Amino acid sequence: MEPIKTHTGVIAPLDRVNVDTDAIVPKQFLRKIERTGFGKHLFHEWRYTDYEGTKENAEFALNKPEFRKATVLLTRDNFGCGSSREHAPWALSDYGFRVIIAPSFADIFANNCVKNGILLIRLDSKDIDGLFKQVMASPGVTAAADLEKQTLTGPDGKVYPFEVDAFAKHCLLNGLDQIGWTQQYNAKIEKYEKNIKTITPWMA
Amino acid sequence: MGKTMYDKIWEAHLVHESAGETSIIYVDRHLVHEVTSPQAFEGLRLAKRRVRCPGKTVATMDHNVSTRTKDWSLVEETSRIQMQTLADNCKEFGVQLYDFSNANQGIVHVIGPEMGITQPGMVIVCGDSHTATHGAFGSLAFGIGTSEVEHVLATQTLQQNKSRSMLIKIDGKLGFGVTPKDIILFIIGKIGTAGATGYVVEYAGSAIRGLSMEGRMTICNMSIEAGARAGMIAPDETTFNYLKGRDFAPQGADWEKAVAYWKTLPSDQDAKFDAVVEIKAEDVLPMVTWGTSPGQVTSIEGVVPDPDSFKDPVDRTAARNALVYMDLKPGTMMQSIKLEKVFVGSCTNGRIEDLRAAAAIVKGKKVHAGIQAIVVPGSGRVRRQAEKEGLDKIFQEAGFEWRYAGCSMCLGMNDDQLKRGERCASSSNRNFEGRQGPGGRTHLMSPEMAAIAAIEGQITDIRKHLKR
Repeated sequence: MEPIKTHTGVIAPLDRVNVDTDAIVPKQFLRKIERTGFGKHLFHEWRYTDYEGTKENAEFALNKPEFRKATVLLTRDNFGCGSSREHAPWALSDYGFRVIIAPSFADIFANNCVKNGILLIRLDSKDIDGLFKQVMASPGVTAAADLEKQTLTGPDGKVYPFEVDAFAKHCLLNGLDQIGWTQQYNAKIEKYEKNIKTITPWMA
Repeated sequence: MGKTMYDKIWEAHLVHESAGETSIIYVDRHLVHEVTSPQAFEGLRLAKRRVRCPGKTVATMDHNVSTRTKDWSLVEETSRIQMQTLADNCKEFGVQLYDFSNANQGIVHVIGPEMGITQPGMVIVCGDSHTATHGAFGSLAFGIGTSEVEHVLATQTLQQNKSRSMLIKIDGKLGFGVTPKDIILFIIGKIGTAGATGYVVEYAGSAIRGLSMEGRMTICNMSIEAGARAGMIAPDETTFNYLKGRDFAPQGADWEKAVAYWKTLPSDQDAKFDAVVEIKAEDVLPMVTWGTSPGQVTSIEGVVPDPDSFKDPVDRTAARNALVYMDLKPGTMMQSIKLEKVFVGSCTNGRIEDLRAAAAIVKGKKVHAGIQAIVVPGSGRVRRQAEKEGLDKIFQEAGFEWRYAGCSMCLGMNDDQLKRGERCASSSNRNFEGRQGPGGRTHLMSPEMAAIAAIEGQITDIRKHLKR
């Protein structure tokens, strides 16, 4: 996983609530057995006007020239709800997004993002409204995230502090191999497995 | 202070805990399917890691399988490759697989409980958001992503922060014609699709206690549609009676020991929850969704709402978008909405009791002209049991298609899909845009209401067709 410490990029607006992972990457693309190449399927139903994905929908934000190079996604409540598919963060990351800003994120999606080096920034709905206004007023503006300091600097220079789980922060800053991290506690896992053989043997 | 059931299961599974770090919890059972596992097994291979506990890992094929045929050669190529990859991975890593042609194959959340793999007090995970289904047994069960699947395969543990706890209490007597599906849709409508985000929900109260295990599974199954990490219901005699004698249930002396342990799991009387929601069972009516999110739901007596009636501008926009997608006008009676397809099945409502209830509705009747209606059993076992009871004949005589087990039209990843613009009455769990096929329109409801909708050709109040 690529570490993320700071990131500055163009903000793309996705003004929708409850964007589910079916919308982020539809099921017909889940049959692949690799982790790569999902970016072209991102938001497929909204992004293209045909099933094959050859004709772009000019109305969709990501297809507008000023948002083409966006790496920061601005959206609404409960982003990433629904299916647990990690193909959703794979698609977002493969497309180029490193930071997503919203009032709230769905639980499993948020976990999946930490494993894929995507920084999720939760801000108050009022601040989100303010950012949407700035992006719509001057499309192509940027935001700068600093994970170490836990701040987001908006297009107008205003600094928004944000909360992030301490361990998630550690993982993102260091691009941590999380399986390797857990395996340093192998002795504890072995001890646990030995214990349950006597306490709950039918489960062991 | 007393402990919640979630507290007890959490504490019993803590492997490592330290300030400033995530906790590590032990996973008792790991369920695997073809869609979210190939990249996890590949990760193990690349890092030269093995599956730590193959005996605690169970795999099946469900999302991709065709429910029309058992002939591999007729399955679409990319689906076949994904299923073959799972078979190869299970062989290489020594994992038990109930494959396409196995008699016990089925939807992962149907076969776990019916084989007795799912038991109270366990931590159960699966790379699928509907894993909360297993919480109906008083286990802590939740969906995980593929990186976490790889983590569990390698370490039999998961990095996890403890969630907050929510009690949803439904007391009283359920009204005539009201099913567990209506209860959970009512709850989602009340608290919203993110109403339980960050929480583990325990469902309790007399209306829950009165439900069968299958009804409880329907409720826990859709916890994710309210944003919850997991949903659970305390184990009781109903749970023990269901489990006794099943393939993987504890046997002999272990059974008595297990039951004694399971009886210690329910939340203490003085347990404190971070949030409490109380619902009167009498307030729940048969429910049906009108929009593209499970929270966009009303009772069968209701109408399609006017987006302008929503106070929150974000909800207003969401409703407006939903009505455009669903091609519905505000004020339309839910009961007048005409359909093209009907789907009875899924991990929410594809169990034998669901099929019995749906069959009782359609017996001696005929599917309305122009409607394609399919019944998809949740597992090979459900299918065989239904055939033993003659349900397949009832469905087929009424004009329903009788299928093999699988996820089928719940997610349209296989050859069962809605065509653009088609409208479906569905006993499944998600009405998202394109969920059942690109451009398809889904109305979620109970299997009973889906069944009567097939007969009437439109969304229908089940209560008019039930004998009191």
